[in-house]
Amino acid sequence: MDFGLSEEQQQLKTSAREFLAGECPTTEVRKAMASDDGTLAALYDGIAKLGWHGLMVPEQFGGAGLGMLDMTVLLEEAGWAAMPGPFLFSSVLAAGALKLGGSDRLNAKFLAAVAEGTATGSLAIVESGDSLAAADIAMTAKKDGAGWRLSGTKMFVPYANLADFVIVAARTASASDAIGFFLVETKSPGVRIKMMKNLDLTRRVATLELEGAAAAPDGELKGGAAMLARMIDIGALAVAADSLGGSERALEMAVDYSKVREQFGKPIGSFQALKHAAAEIVADLEPARALLWYAAYAHDAVPASAPRAAAMAKARLSDIYSRTTDRAVLMHGGIGFTWEHDIHLWFKRARFNEPYFGSPSYHRERVAQLGGY
Amino acid sequence: MDLNFTPEEEKFRLEVRRFLDENVPKSGLGNQREGREDKDWLARAKAWQRKLYEAGYIALAWPKEYGGQAMDPVRQSVVNDEIVRARAPYLVGGSGLGMLGPTLISWGTEEQRQRYLPKILTGDEIWCQGYSEPGSGSDLASLKTRAEIVGDEFVVNGQKVWTSGAQWADWMFCLVRTDPEAPKHRGISYILIDMHAPGVTVRPLVQMTGDRGFNEVFFDNVRVPRKNLVGKLNEGWLVANATLFHERNMLGASSGSEQRFNRLLALAKTLKRDGRPITEDPVIRQRLVDLEIRVEAMRYHSMRQLTDQIRGKNPGIEAMINKLVGTELNHDLATAAMEVMGDYSMLAREDEQALDHAFWPYEWMFSLGLVIGGGTSHIQKNIIAERGLKMPKSR
Repeated sequence: MDFGLSEEQQQLKTSAREFLAGECPTTEVRKAMASDDGTLAALYDGIAKLGWHGLMVPEQFGGAGLGMLDMTVLLEEAGWAAMPGPFLFSSVLAAGALKLGGSDRLNAKFLAAVAEGTATGSLAIVESGDSLAAADIAMTAKKDGAGWRLSGTKMFVPYANLADFVIVAARTASASDAIGFFLVETKSPGVRIKMMKNLDLTRRVATLELEGAAAAPDGELKGGAAMLARMIDIGALAVAADSLGGSERALEMAVDYSKVREQFGKPIGSFQALKHAAAEIVADLEPARALLWYAAYAHDAVPASAPRAAAMAKARLSDIYSRTTDRAVLMHGGIGFTWEHDIHLWFKRARFNEPYFGSPSYHRERVAQLGGY
Repeated sequence: MDLNFTPEEEKFRLEVRRFLDENVPKSGLGNQREGREDKDWLARAKAWQRKLYEAGYIALAWPKEYGGQAMDPVRQSVVNDEIVRARAPYLVGGSGLGMLGPTLISWGTEEQRQRYLPKILTGDEIWCQGYSEPGSGSDLASLKTRAEIVGDEFVVNGQKVWTSGAQWADWMFCLVRTDPEAPKHRGISYILIDMHAPGVTVRPLVQMTGDRGFNEVFFDNVRVPRKNLVGKLNEGWLVANATLFHERNMLGASSGSEQRFNRLLALAKTLKRDGRPITEDPVIRQRLVDLEIRVEAMRYHSMRQLTDQIRGKNPGIEAMINKLVGTELNHDLATAAMEVMGDYSMLAREDEQALDHAFWPYEWMFSLGLVIGGGTSHIQKNIIAERGLKMPKSR
């Protein structure tokens, strides 16, 4: 029995923290926020050199072949730094989808390029009805000779503006679970991307309109509706890990501020109102960290309990991230409400993380169903 | 990360489970807080602890020279889990096992360890904790019970309160003021008092549950040998904090929460509201799942701490939250049960139609007592903020 990060995982965490503290301070994050494309090219060059993109990609396609627990370590640090750009959506979600369902031929081209850092992918499931259910997917995929053509509109597609390809969930027949995943290159005819205006400027989302856009050759992924369920697990875990790191950072900022800001002739951190608010965050966060570790471990090693554990981690950490950043802004007082102060970066990142890949109540209902309530 | 137990550990778990299946008393002791009023309860409770000890299932991680087996903490956690799973009775010697024992192992003299530890294990001597006083609750260090040194004895005068189990305890580990002139934390000593000594009076208090669980204890010129001092004179606060650490971990233990959650879910599945199973009510469903998630999180949180212990890592801020989170969670579980039970939640155990012998209404009350005891949630939050987050002291 050994429940904790390995020495290698701890080293990965430490080196990621050092790298991001140096290369992704909030001055840099703010440059990405103010930019058109929402990313930082130099940061992503560094990430590619460190091999982060290929962390979970099988060695056969040029990756390190590590597991979800290793990736959550990195994502926690990315959340801590409010790291902008497509990393989570490309190297975890799009890569995860290809790993699950892509043919060797498809992966040799696209998954290998993601691992190398020379291509960016994204994932598109949700449409205007804001649903993760297979039955609600209206985007159609129709056979066209040996290939497929897709038509319809996806929403909330992260970094579609930077993506070379998007893995798109689409309906193949009228039965409610007759869906599949298809790789569509964004340069193909019939693909139109329109940026949406997002509160969280450390991320970008877009609508993806397809009008008979061709899937890439061999671009149909195996798995259908079962793969959708697996993708929800991966998405839930990835967002939960980012939320853990972001909550830690918001707590650190609020506590640090409470030690230097004085009112009534004392540091405000000496007042129990602030102490208790901070302690409640710790009391939420530490058990949730263990919950996330278990869920990531289960994803790698205990498939039978993986979906339920991922849903638990997502529900809990989404709630905690929103509550923590809310309280952290409050602990800062007036300065926390300004654009100039950094705390709102995490407050808004939590707004993205809470609904993305399923709200807390959605995942709690999933836990109930999977647990036979 | 590897959550598998070794084949030896799995075999051990099955042995413990079989032992408990065959030996857990079927009546009288079965419910944690029932039956204490009857006369032979104490003898039966002690017999149960002795049986468990003789089977080798108590204090497995203690050093061999004091009656332990020097095993790694995994074995003890396996036993603890199985004890909860089997709904085995409360251990009457729990205060000695969970609080004083570990404190003596780190702070006691060799003579004290030899004298007290074996009888803690067998349940031959029952201990109670003498901390709170009428004027000293959350501000424990303001305590006034006085111990004057006369020759080679302490002479103790004063009063303790909320003393659980004092009515059947043989001994008390007690905080007393030995230097009234020193700053409050530096004039306290930690001594061991014979509850059968002349001048000790125990007066039961009735808890809001209606049970007689805790007491007032009065000391009137009680003579205690100086060799009963644990740690150094006037340095009892350090020793007391060691005991409090063990107490808080004991109160916040996660295995009881799992058992309670399972019991709550099983109950909810049998109840209906407006003709439909109550678990189909979306609000109740959400509430139950939220609780289950918190219970699961604490389970893994405990496993993480167990692993840190095996790896030899000193406990950090994560250990400071156990008492706060564990006791609040148990109270929240019971509070949710109250809603699930609807009108039945108002029935006392004396009512024949009470559900499950009114386990939950009593648990609902009792669990609030544990949110208070051992340092209230408010005090726990101060500790987390000041010691864990290094926020400035307010006092």
